[in-house]
Amino acid sequence: MPLPKMALMIVVMAGVTYLIRMLPFAFFRKKITSTFLKSFLYYIPYAVLSAMTFPFVLYSTGNIWTALAGTVIAIIASMCKQSLLTVAIIACLSVLLFGFII
Amino acid sequence: METLNFKNGIKDGLPIGLGYLSVAFAFGVQASLASVPIFMSVFISMTNLTSAGQLAGLTLIASLGSVLEMVLIQLVINARYFLMSITLSQKLDNTFTLGHRLLCSAFVTDEIFAIASAKPKTFGRNYFYGLVILPYVGWSLGTLLGAVAGDVLPDFITNALGIALYAMFIAIIIPPSLSNKGVFSAVLFGGASSVAFYYIPLLSGLNEGLSIIICAILSATVTALIFPIKGGEQDAVT
Repeated sequence: MPLPKMALMIVVMAGVTYLIRMLPFAFFRKKITSTFLKSFLYYIPYAVLSAMTFPFVLYSTGNIWTALAGTVIAIIASMCKQSLLTVAIIACLSVLLFGFII
Repeated sequence: METLNFKNGIKDGLPIGLGYLSVAFAFGVQASLASVPIFMSVFISMTNLTSAGQLAGLTLIASLGSVLEMVLIQLVINARYFLMSITLSQKLDNTFTLGHRLLCSAFVTDEIFAIASAKPKTFGRNYFYGLVILPYVGWSLGTLLGAVAGDVLPDFITNALGIALYAMFIAIIIPPSLSNKGVFSAVLFGGASSVAFYYIPLLSGLNEGLSIIICAILSATVTALIFPIKGGEQDAVT
């Protein structure tokens, strides 16, 4: 992507993100009462992160097999309630080690 | 009455700043893999301050997406900040004049929300500035270090680092899925529909960013209808 277009994309990205945060912070005084809306806003981050992760994580290392190994190990480590950073480090190390083996 | 001051804020912000340093490092590496120049990567982090939104934006830039897609995907991914900002706006004392509200709102992140909203009383702007400054510095500096590292480290290392952000996302979505049926449903539907969109020939023609938006909205809508949340339950995520 040419630099001016990239800069435009980044400015748009920042502008939208800022407005979402700023409008309620600066101007709103009401609480959200709709149960559906509250539930939707509560669940949307999990839905987004899951949709962003699968299947794209499999293509994140340049080799689908090392990525698969890293993914499985990251899932197991998170099931053991490890911290974000620990899970990330373990996943990177697994990819690295698995890359040497295959 | 004892009020929270700038120093209290710094103290609360330090652990967040250290965490952000490492997450942003992973983002910087990712951006360098996507051939984004170093100063652009840092520019993204300094103006956005959000991990999932930035990765989605980066993906869109790498896949030559459009401005409209950028608007849509940021709206969907960052919608949660809307709710957080509403909650936080009710905890600000009268030192928050409009100008300070306009500035401070840029720093509403999941972690900062979690700390600030858990304060038992209202707080002033000095506390809030103290709280956000180290996370902001950590996020920007981490991105710079990651982007530089991504340019100089050998391929086999940057490839391994490529999974870091995704691994963190996994660490965010898996633990609550084990204890909360609604979250489990959102994660399962979101992931499964995204996989379907990627591999089913008719659907895979759609741009990545757009398909993520559709999958996320579908999944969150279905889940909100099946597992509505009662009361003021609200957790911090990313």
